[in-house]
Amino acid sequence: MKRLSLFNVVSLTIGFTFLYLPIVLLVIYSFNAGRSVAVWGGWSTKWYGSVFENQQLLDAAWITLKVGVLSASVATILGTMAAIALARHGRFHGRTLFSAMVYAPLVMPEVITGLSLLLLFVALNMDRGFWTIVISHITFTMCFVAVVVQSRLSSFDRSIEEAALDLGCTPFMTFFRITLPIILPAVISAWMLAFTLSLDDLVIASFTTGPGATTLPMKIYSDVRLGVKPEINAICSLMVAVVTFAVVIASVLTKHQEVERERAERLAANAP
Amino acid sequence: MANPLQAQNRRWILTAIPYLWMVIFFLVPFFIVLKISFSNSEIAQPPYSPVFDFLTDGWDESLDKLTSLTTDNYLRLIQDSIYSSSYLSSLWIAGSSTVMMLFIAYPIAYGMARAPKSWRPTLVMMVILPFWTSFLIRVYAWIAILSEEGLLNSALAWLGVIDEPIQILSTNTAVYIGILYSYLPFMVLPLYSNLEKMDDSLIEAAKDLGCTQIGAFWRVTFPLSLPGVIAGCFLVFIPAVGEFVIPDLLGGSDTIMIGKTMWEEFFNNRDWPAASGVAIALLIILMIPIMIFQANEARQQEAGR
Repeated sequence: MKRLSLFNVVSLTIGFTFLYLPIVLLVIYSFNAGRSVAVWGGWSTKWYGSVFENQQLLDAAWITLKVGVLSASVATILGTMAAIALARHGRFHGRTLFSAMVYAPLVMPEVITGLSLLLLFVALNMDRGFWTIVISHITFTMCFVAVVVQSRLSSFDRSIEEAALDLGCTPFMTFFRITLPIILPAVISAWMLAFTLSLDDLVIASFTTGPGATTLPMKIYSDVRLGVKPEINAICSLMVAVVTFAVVIASVLTKHQEVERERAERLAANAP
Repeated sequence: MANPLQAQNRRWILTAIPYLWMVIFFLVPFFIVLKISFSNSEIAQPPYSPVFDFLTDGWDESLDKLTSLTTDNYLRLIQDSIYSSSYLSSLWIAGSSTVMMLFIAYPIAYGMARAPKSWRPTLVMMVILPFWTSFLIRVYAWIAILSEEGLLNSALAWLGVIDEPIQILSTNTAVYIGILYSYLPFMVLPLYSNLEKMDDSLIEAAKDLGCTQIGAFWRVTFPLSLPGVIAGCFLVFIPAVGEFVIPDLLGGSDTIMIGKTMWEEFFNNRDWPAASGVAIALLIILMIPIMIFQANEARQQEAGR
């Protein structure tokens, strides 16, 4: 029988306080009426108002959102394809190189990924801006997608796929009718991971951007270098709120789906 | 019945598209960096030479350009102490924060693994959730806490611990705090997933055979958790070495880390060949830890089957 000792409780409490206190303080001080981020001057929502009047911030947020949705969607498709290739196609020519290329960007320092992509765009004489950021984000997020989807693929019962093939499904139909519905939660969470990684990225976007394409992290970064402002706290709190909301919704959905699946499995097992 | 040849073709396409993407946008850029690291810095657009153009250059011209490649950038890496001290201090900061992280993360992961089963998914989500919020925001949050008129100094002054504000922001201490904070989930999660699977009867057997609680931990639990320890350490160490945002925003002008040096070489000095040389050298340094990490992962996967 496992029991939480006092030591366990204390280390969990300290650990989670350390994780959450800075974010909680950031959110609280975004409601500070004063200009300072450390001296409390009463409650106010004026910084949120000024965020929505700051056209530069809004433009940057819009670009970031577009880059995020586009790159996450393409990365999810490519990453899922890569995961299927790695999990299902056994040994093929160049598999070692392929899996190295899929896994390497996970641990590659961002400065190197950013620099190398920029040098490619320069060599190809591409106009840098929105599209080069999208391409770069697809490249580094598809690896995360591949890892998430592959771990789901390697843990599910292949005999269902084989049964579908035996019953006359084409591989194409099998994928859309059997495989995809089963791995869908993993694909969705992979999309979300890719999306948040893209929203978050400062380094790679800074290297690969051009005139006219400033993402939100780049804007926040240049503002932070000029000094902390409650307005930045406000925009950061908004981002935290959006992400928290999305993650909670996603986990409730997956939980719901798991419960449904377990019930279906129980029903199937009890069937005469 | 599906035509097997046709199926084979589809499979081929499924692999080929992501394969081709990674070759064009990951492998080829790497070779371009390698090539530019051997080029000369120029005040031109693009700011390096030679620029190969295989369509218009003849064979001789290409050969000419090839001979003008230099190893100067690498010689500078060795000779100019800014580079060697950047590498050393990056490795030192990343290494020592990895060790500190292990001491912080292990008790947390251990507590999570011993928590009632129904709590565990929530605890895991609570560790992951800050990771979903922007890295930049989390680093930014610490600026407000650590600055001279920041929350920590105000709190300490209010408690009467200090009279004068202490400078934490723009020092290496702030960089350590930033790394410990930002990478904590990377250490906690592999440790937790390892500790959670551990068979409790082993600990009980050790205790029955006369081990104390602490003895059982050091002789049974810790050695069995080593794969998780290795995975966590490398997941922290590798990205921390190349870190840019944390030393740039939390560190001072005397904090030199290789990611920051490379960034400045590129954006401030516009010396692309030097930045490429720094990047290649960083990759070579990281190659060994990356290979150890991947071997550990492969072993884990084999064991899991």
